[in-house]
Amino acid sequence: MFAEFLQYVFAGLTSGAIYALAGLGFAIIYNASHVINFAQGEFIMIGGMSTATMVAAGIPLPVAAAAAVLVTMLVGVALEKFAVEPAKGADVTAIIIITIGASIFLRGAAQIIWDKEFHALPAFSGETPIAVLGATLMPQSVWVVGVSMVVIAALWWFFNRTLFGKAMLATSFNRLAAQLVGIGVKKVLMVSFALSAMLGAVGGIVMTPITFTNYEAGIMLGLKGFSAAVLGGLGNGLGAIVGGLVVGIAEALASGYLSSAYKDAIAFVIILFVLFFMPSGLFGKKGTDRV
Amino acid sequence: MMLSPRTGGLAALAFVVSLAPAFFPNAYFYDVAVNALFNAVVCVGLNLLIGYGGQISLGHAGFFALGAYGSAILTGTHGMSPLAALAVSAAAVGVLAFVVGRPILRLKGHYLAMATLGIGIIIHIVLKTESQITGGPDGIGVDPFTVLGLAVSGDKAWYWVGAGLLLFSVWTSLNLIDSPMGRALRAVHGSEVGAEVVGVDTGRYKVLVFTLSAVFASVVGSLFAHKNGFITPDIGSFFRSIELVTMVVLGGMASTFGAVVGAVILTLLPQMLASFEDYEAMVLGGIMMGTMIFMPKGLLPSLRAAFKRRRAAP
Amino acid sequence: MTLLRVENLSKEFGGVHAIEDLSFAINPGTIHSIIGPNGAGKTTLFNLITGVYTPTSGRILLDDHDIAGKKPFELARLGMSRTFQNLQVFFNMTALENVMVGHHLHLDRRFFPSLFRLPAIVRRDAEARAHCLELMEFVGIGRYADADANSMPYGALKRLEIARALAARPRLLLLDEPAAGLNATESREIDEVIKKVAATGVTVVLVEHDMKMVMGISDHILALDYGRKLAEGTPSEVRANDDVVAAYLGAH
Repeated sequence: MFAEFLQYVFAGLTSGAIYALAGLGFAIIYNASHVINFAQGEFIMIGGMSTATMVAAGIPLPVAAAAAVLVTMLVGVALEKFAVEPAKGADVTAIIIITIGASIFLRGAAQIIWDKEFHALPAFSGETPIAVLGATLMPQSVWVVGVSMVVIAALWWFFNRTLFGKAMLATSFNRLAAQLVGIGVKKVLMVSFALSAMLGAVGGIVMTPITFTNYEAGIMLGLKGFSAAVLGGLGNGLGAIVGGLVVGIAEALASGYLSSAYKDAIAFVIILFVLFFMPSGLFGKKGTDRV
Repeated sequence: MMLSPRTGGLAALAFVVSLAPAFFPNAYFYDVAVNALFNAVVCVGLNLLIGYGGQISLGHAGFFALGAYGSAILTGTHGMSPLAALAVSAAAVGVLAFVVGRPILRLKGHYLAMATLGIGIIIHIVLKTESQITGGPDGIGVDPFTVLGLAVSGDKAWYWVGAGLLLFSVWTSLNLIDSPMGRALRAVHGSEVGAEVVGVDTGRYKVLVFTLSAVFASVVGSLFAHKNGFITPDIGSFFRSIELVTMVVLGGMASTFGAVVGAVILTLLPQMLASFEDYEAMVLGGIMMGTMIFMPKGLLPSLRAAFKRRRAAP
Repeated sequence: MTLLRVENLSKEFGGVHAIEDLSFAINPGTIHSIIGPNGAGKTTLFNLITGVYTPTSGRILLDDHDIAGKKPFELARLGMSRTFQNLQVFFNMTALENVMVGHHLHLDRRFFPSLFRLPAIVRRDAEARAHCLELMEFVGIGRYADADANSMPYGALKRLEIARALAARPRLLLLDEPAAGLNATESREIDEVIKKVAATGVTVVLVEHDMKMVMGISDHILALDYGRKLAEGTPSEVRANDDVVAAYLGAH
């Protein structure tokens, strides 16, 4: 009984870590620009697909992974430069459509550059399951959670200990003030997209050995990452991480105990629940409009 | 006597719609045209919500699908008459939109977008999963549409049904926009608090236009199901919802005729790109981004503004 | 009999006491001004009275009925209307349409007749159109009738908001800094409009910084500072009040 529960929790933590990375990506971009980047999921997909095809072509995994992350970061920056920046000042509907259009565009490009097939990566350190308290843990899951933790720690260090990172935080609190003290807001925007792309790509790479990947993999992952971000409080990094884990575990438990067919719906039920009853999420702040 | 723009526009639309079949290269084109007409009607309703009401819905295909499946199931499994099934489905969708609309439309911007997205996706998942009732991902067959024993069959017949429906919806939509109710709705878009202080119950109006546009979608969905004879859950997918929003946005928000134009263009586009099918997604994505960056007001309003500038120049 | 009465009104925003224990009364048919330095709580008070904010404590009574917490559109039905310091014009419509929306409560808003453009709707709309045009003339912007709101100059827009508020046929009209951003000539013109409005029997309450205007047209003045009542009375009484002079008047 407990073993089964633990099994679901392990599964939930694994997918939850990916959602957390995606959610964090949403949070970083939202903080820098108040844009919800619907193409976040595509970053995950591009990371996974690039790595998979490069490895299949014979390139060693670490090199392929690094190259894939770089490629994804370039895509992220291109997205910011060519789609988001030109639309500055447009209303919310317009921006939403732009990033959705970008995600459709990237998906279409992926279809052509690669193909519609599923691609796999070999597990990083083999497939021998580890027994933990009666449940089995796949080594790759440990990689997923471990790598995520490392990346998140690195980000924490970046935002809180480096000058540019702090500048980015400042911009998220008050853009105008940040500009007035000389912080290059455009650069902040660019870096935020690059970081989010990196987060997505890393998530995609560690996840592919478990779930495989294809050109459509980004859609659901992106939306669930968004669910994580909203649950945690849009713009709150810690919230996105907690949110991701909650969504992942909730999904796994519901899928195991209730109905596996409705697994995908859980994240969206969570979105609706949060938006109806606590729109500022678990950690977000409430604001008032000035009239 | 000068025709008002609305009467003139309606007349032009009726003219175009009546003459278009003469230019169809082959019978297959009727099928495409019917889809274009149906999309146009959904977009006219959606435009009331997005363009005039200033809200957004990323889940509208869900309402379309509910109408389609409602009709399919009620006429098939339960032997209801198609007209009754259409009405019952529309009423059910209306109630759903009303109930869900109240809490959702209190949200704004991104939050509203995500909530409507969530609704749409949940509907899609339910339709895919409850295969006992809906036939699951493989879809379900639909009986033909009969009224008083007469069946509407064949794309030609559906073309005229679609044309009539489009003219009717454009006419009622224009009427609504130019009425006190319509102005109140547009005012909500302009400034919610400004509208409130002159007595507009903004919450109620937002829910009303949301419900109305959902009912539009449901009615068209029902007709689509009968016309197609077969439907799958993907008619309610996120991608379909985005397509609909893009049609409205491309043609021009706050422009009923713009919504029609946008729907026609984006329905015909995949046909024209048939040989480039693989590039369809890239083209669609590119259009979405390009329109919003370079022509945020959409095709028709941008053209209109360009004409005004030309005329004003000395 | 007072038209509007405020009793022990308080409003807190997370520790900031925007309005503290405020009480005053407004008699019908008067022009009543609220003055005070920036941050004194004038707009907050307006927002409380017009239902945009809900009080933390205290009562607001219109015709002796407690209206605190009622939504703005409910208050419009009770005869209250207002303009805004930061214009809340409907920039997506023409000037005339803006005013016609103001007339909303007096128009035929039924759904199905609207959908089918029944003659009753068309007729009432035409009458409303004529009436709203008159209102625009009344406030002096008649020539902007068919102009798009987003093409009008600032001064005209301020008057547009007044015309819109008047279209609601209010008994009580609240004007939030009607002269803000206007030059001396435009201020005088707004002055005249306000006097004209009051002459029709509408009770006018305004928030203003322009002391000349305030002293010139008010029947009664309420001075606020830090959310509390500093003084109230006729213009000459308030002008002579030492606290008011110390806190505020000298600056103009």
